[in-house]
Amino acid sequence: MFSQFLQFLFSGITVGATYALAALGFTLIYNASNVINFAQGEFIMLGGMLAFYFMQSGLSLPLALLLAIAIPAVVGVLFEKLAIEPARDAEVVTLIIITIGASLVIRGLIQIWLGKGAHSYPAFSGSEPIQIGGATLLPQSLWVLGITALVVVALWYFFSRTLAGKAILATSCNPLAAQLVGINTQWVLLVSFALSAALGAIGGVLLTPITLTSYDVGIMLGLKGFVAVVVGGLGSGLGAVVGGLLVGIIEAMAAGYISSAYKDAIPFILILFILFFMPRGIFGAQVTERV
Amino acid sequence: MSVLKRQYPLMILAGVLLLLPLVLPNNYYYDIAIRMAINAIIVLGLNLLIGFAGQISLGHAGFVGVGAYASAILPSQFGWHPLLAMGAGAAIASTIAAIVARPIFRLKGHYLAMATLGLGIIIAIVIKNEAAYTGGPDGMPVAPLGLMGFEISGEKQWYWVLAAILLFSFWAARNLIDSPFGRALRALHGSEVASQVMGVDVVRYKVTIFVLSAFFASLMGSVTAHYIGFVTPNIADFFHSIELMTMVVVGGMASIYGSLIGAVLLTALPQALSTFEGWETVAFGSILILCMIFMPKGLVPTLAARFGRNGQEDR
Repeated sequence: MFSQFLQFLFSGITVGATYALAALGFTLIYNASNVINFAQGEFIMLGGMLAFYFMQSGLSLPLALLLAIAIPAVVGVLFEKLAIEPARDAEVVTLIIITIGASLVIRGLIQIWLGKGAHSYPAFSGSEPIQIGGATLLPQSLWVLGITALVVVALWYFFSRTLAGKAILATSCNPLAAQLVGINTQWVLLVSFALSAALGAIGGVLLTPITLTSYDVGIMLGLKGFVAVVVGGLGSGLGAVVGGLLVGIIEAMAAGYISSAYKDAIPFILILFILFFMPRGIFGAQVTERV
Repeated sequence: MSVLKRQYPLMILAGVLLLLPLVLPNNYYYDIAIRMAINAIIVLGLNLLIGFAGQISLGHAGFVGVGAYASAILPSQFGWHPLLAMGAGAAIASTIAAIVARPIFRLKGHYLAMATLGLGIIIAIVIKNEAAYTGGPDGMPVAPLGLMGFEISGEKQWYWVLAAILLFSFWAARNLIDSPFGRALRALHGSEVASQVMGVDVVRYKVTIFVLSAFFASLMGSVTAHYIGFVTPNIADFFHSIELMTMVVVGGMASIYGSLIGAVLLTALPQALSTFEGWETVAFGSILILCMIFMPKGLVPTLAARFGRNGQEDR
């Protein structure tokens, strides 16, 4: 009984960590530009697919992973330069639609290039399961959790201890004031998009040995990352991480105890509940709007 | 402006719809024309929501799916009359919309996008999973639509049915926009606070227009199901929602002519691109991005501003 619970918890935390990375990506871009980036999930897909491609073409594991994270970051920068920047002052609806357009373009190009099949590659350090309290834990899950934890700590350090990080925070508080004290807000936008794309790609690279990847996994993963953002509260970094883990765990528990067929519906039922009863999420700030 | 002159656009549309069969060479082209009309009617409703009320729906295909599956399931498994099933579908879709809309419209910005997105995906998942009723991912056949002993069948008959519905929707949408209701909608797109101060019940108007657009989406879902004679869960999926939204955006937000043009262009596009697998998605995405960057108002309003008499009539 308990071992079963533990098993669901393990799988929930593993997927949840990926949602958390995606949610952090959403949060970064939202804070820097007020854009909800619906292409976030495509970066997760891009990470996994590129890692598969490079490994298949014979590159060593570290090099393949590095490229699979660096290239999406470049794509993120291009995306900002080519699609978001020219429409800077547009309405929210317009910007949302642009990011949806970008996600279709990325997905379509990958489908044309690498085909429709599902792909995977071997786990980083073997696939001999570890026994804990009657439940099994894959070594790859430890990689997912470990690297996610590292990334979160690194991000915390970046935003609270470095000048560049603080410049980004300042821009998200008030772009005009940030510009006046000499922060290059253009640069901040680019860094946010690159960073958020890289975060998504890291999630994809880590998760693929466990769940497989294909050109169309981006939508679901991205949307669930987005649910995590809403659960945690739009704009909150801590909220994104907690939200991600929470969505992962709730999804795994519901799949295990209620119905695995409705696993994918759970996060969206959750999002409706959250919007109805606590629209600012768990950690979201109270904002009063000025007219 | 005389009553007659005001109805010019309606007469032009009627003329086009009447003359079109003269140039349609075969059933394949009839089929495309029918799909264009179906999309145009859904897009008219969606545009009232996105363009005039300034609210975005990322789950509209969910409502189309509700209508389609009501028409598929109720007659074949419960013996309902198809028209009754169609009405029931529309009633269910409207009810879902109303229940969701009330709490959501008190919030602002991205929230409706999130909620409708979640709703659409839940509907699609339910359709895929309840295989005992819906046939699951494989879909299910739909009985033909009979009216008083007369059965609508074949592309040519369906063409006239849809031409009539399209004409009616066009007329209704134009009248709605120029009614006090329409003026209130446009006002709250301009400034919610200002319209609230002027006594517009913002939440009520938004809920009404959302329910109305869900109602039409569901009706057209039923019509699509009967016309094709088969439904699959694809009709309710996220990509279909995006397609519908693209039609609104490309044609022109808050433009009734734009809705028609957007539906016609983007229904034709996949037909033209269907031989290049994958490029269809890329093309859709690129069109969305380019359109939003270079003409954020959409095709018709942008062209109208450039060439036309600016003002009232170009809506």
